[in-house]
Amino acid sequence: MADQELPTRERISVLDRAVQRVLGQPIDRTDGPAKVTGDARYAFEMAAKDALYGHILTVQIGAGTIRSIDATAARTAPGVVAVLIDDDRLPADAVNSFDKPKSWRLGREIEFFGQGFGVVVATSAEAARAAAALVKVDYAPRTGRFDPDLSKPEEHEPEGLRPAVHTGDFDAAFDGAAYRYDAVFTTPIHFPAAMEPQATLARWEDDRLILHSSLQSTGGATKAIARALDIKADRIRVIAPFVGGGFGGKTSVGAEAIYAAIAAKETGHPVKIVQTRRQTAHLAHHRAPTRQRVRIATDAEGHIRAFGHNSVIAQRHDRWFIEPVHIGTTHLYAGAARSMGVDVVRANHPTSGAVRSPGEACGTLAIEVAMDEAAEALGLDPIEFRRRNEPGASPVDGKPFGTRKLVECYDEGARRFGWDRRNPVPASVREGDWLIGTGMAAAIRSNITVEARANITLHPDGSALVETDMTDIGTGTYTILMQVVAEALGLSPDKVRVAIGDSTLPRSAGSGGSFGASSSSSAAALACQDIARTLAARMGVDAGDMTLQEGHAIAANRRVPLTELLAGEAVRADGHAKPGDHTNAHVSASYGAHFAEVAVSATTGEVRVRRMTGVFDIGRVLNEKTARSQILGGMIWGIGSVLHEDGMIDARTGQFTNPDFGEYHIATHADSPPIDIHFIEAVDDLANEAGAKGVGELGNSGAGAAVANAIYNATGIRIHDYPITLDKLIDALPED
Amino acid sequence: MHFTINGTKYDADPDIRTSLLDLLREHLGLTGSKKGCDHGQCGACTVLVNGRRINSCLTLAVMHQDDEITTIEGIGTPDNLAPLQSAFVRHDGFQCGYCTPGQICSATGMLDEAKKGWPSHVSESLDGDIALSDEEIRERMSGNLCRCSAYPNIVDAIREIAGEDA
Ligand code: FES
Ligand code: FES
Repeated sequence: MADQELPTRERISVLDRAVQRVLGQPIDRTDGPAKVTGDARYAFEMAAKDALYGHILTVQIGAGTIRSIDATAARTAPGVVAVLIDDDRLPADAVNSFDKPKSWRLGREIEFFGQGFGVVVATSAEAARAAAALVKVDYAPRTGRFDPDLSKPEEHEPEGLRPAVHTGDFDAAFDGAAYRYDAVFTTPIHFPAAMEPQATLARWEDDRLILHSSLQSTGGATKAIARALDIKADRIRVIAPFVGGGFGGKTSVGAEAIYAAIAAKETGHPVKIVQTRRQTAHLAHHRAPTRQRVRIATDAEGHIRAFGHNSVIAQRHDRWFIEPVHIGTTHLYAGAARSMGVDVVRANHPTSGAVRSPGEACGTLAIEVAMDEAAEALGLDPIEFRRRNEPGASPVDGKPFGTRKLVECYDEGARRFGWDRRNPVPASVREGDWLIGTGMAAAIRSNITVEARANITLHPDGSALVETDMTDIGTGTYTILMQVVAEALGLSPDKVRVAIGDSTLPRSAGSGGSFGASSSSSAAALACQDIARTLAARMGVDAGDMTLQEGHAIAANRRVPLTELLAGEAVRADGHAKPGDHTNAHVSASYGAHFAEVAVSATTGEVRVRRMTGVFDIGRVLNEKTARSQILGGMIWGIGSVLHEDGMIDARTGQFTNPDFGEYHIATHADSPPIDIHFIEAVDDLANEAGAKGVGELGNSGAGAAVANAIYNATGIRIHDYPITLDKLIDALPED
Repeated sequence: MHFTINGTKYDADPDIRTSLLDLLREHLGLTGSKKGCDHGQCGACTVLVNGRRINSCLTLAVMHQDDEITTIEGIGTPDNLAPLQSAFVRHDGFQCGYCTPGQICSATGMLDEAKKGWPSHVSESLDGDIALSDEEIRERMSGNLCRCSAYPNIVDAIREIAGEDA
């Protein structure tokens, strides 16, 4: 086995030897009672005496300039304390640590509709909003690049998150193949649309800035804030114990945070700003629209010889992030000749960025449908086709895989779903007015290893405190870290306290890229390992010969309470997890298989997803309940992306026509069927010390494609232009 | 003005433009009710007014002087969870928790509507008793969005409580 030749991480013996039986268990979230009672306070809900309210002013043209702004009426409106406009410090939208913050001043070009240009600060939210409406702006609009033509790329494979892949002689391999598939897919703009809009309460204590802000990272965010405000990062404290969802949209720092910080400095009061729902669509990033060409060439038996996944996406000027459309495709299927990369068209659009499962969410909508079509053309079952093309090592460079239970996921999923009862002939199963179909797709999400730190204190009373600046954006961090520490130190769950969501705590990578739980758990496990060594020394044994259980150290026929070993003194350890030599020497990803059954109305083309099954390999399962919920949420995102979600930009004005929940439809209760989820657990020693791989984005990868394939099986109709709405189906529905 | 919220009387003098939601969150410190859209599109702000669920962002505070208002804070507390709240915890009917107070208030109102025999879009008949099938629960709860998409777990929690009530 290839992976045995690689140096693995130091085995975390505290987890391997643990017997507390807390880790992995489906334990209720420890922050549950706070959340179900409204006790949990989110950024905008923190108390602050004499706080003022800000309302952000946004530009109402998509390109052109502003001739003048008249804020006289706003400044004298009741309750107004300050109007900040035409100010270099105010960024046009969210700020991050890799793009230069862009501000806007009179006379400069407007880059996109809805960019921020000022803020009205008043004694109440109502007064600020009313005064904002009094600001008169004289625009000189021009026609911008609102409707970029993705068939005409301008920048060829610019450097981005994921390098292009070119191996073998693709053209020769493709042209000479027995079977060739070549098709184009398009996916629209998707909004992260976290239920809590971007919101911040900012206050200054002398030259120290304190931000209660809805962000996916705390310590990490201080860097971007420092740059935007031109102050030192160590002067900034970001606090975010509860965050109402992120989905990538809160990886950058919301414009409102910078505006609130500046307004608080100017007015000498705490300032609260929340983006309106419609503002979030413009001021925070969205998933880029894509045009994807998929080419698959096989021999007569269906062995892939060439795989092409070449995309074009839209991004605004001067933004570094490029949607990594082929990130999942890179290592998913066999094929020595590969051509994969992303070209770019620049547009007068708000910024595009990383939204839940960047690359895979849109990429699988194309390649997993292409695989289905190719399998059918080859006369193969889609699972058999994938099985024949399951690579033993990276098809790009031969690097070994970490744990990869993808074939097991297909098999177990097929068994649970009842795949063998499927009728592969499209449009052949009917129940009354409903056409019934089933489909499947693979799931893949690259696993990223990042640096993270956590401190653990074992108090003299035998309770433990774990501290890290991680966030819990719904991902279960509070609960999972408790479980890791309880397991490793042999403590009952109520003996472990978790302190997160504060930038003054040890630095983690925050939540994003699905690396949060595994990296912070690894840091916590390493710290526990240190503490276990200290305890073992006090027992006079090797850590490897000691068991920690129920608050006792057990070794050499002795069972000593921790309180006795600690003898009135706390033990403290710092854990520091980071990528190692082997990280780049292997390919790490989470895997899975989705199965879906749909009913399509033969009259209207309405699609109802009736049930889904998903089986996943996420390495070690840290909490069976929260992991399942993450996957569940991702799969329902998949349903939303294939059937509903479609961020539309008006080609004449450059504005989003549907930047709110009334018009941008996300999946609802009624769209969400019963979903069966199962994990094939295999601790991945190469991934990180915790042996866990990413889970938060995996469910969203491939789920939509499984539904699209089921729609084809139900109706015989292939739609390559997402989402698959009924208007696209209705004319092609089979006659009965 | 006086407001009766969770059985407690509050004095407040809201701006006539203040929504009931902002009265709760910004004036009275009752921040359990959430603001997801401020436009009646998401349900995060759902509270009960005289026992009926409404979007508190879509109604002005000054219209509710004589009403009995129940918010999530009046349904249960961390030390004394209502059965529906503990069912949400057990079934993991939330992730980030931001839509959760609205889901719970909405479900509370919804269970009462079903008990009274109010039909929904998916009810077989317009009168008679309502059996709360999963389809009925999903239909009746569809005004409450959850971007974390905890929907199936929420339905599990509500079904359990509906079953106990029946
Ligand atoms: S905040 Fe009231 S419905 Fe969204
Ligand atoms: S729990 Fe996050 S939106 Fe519902």
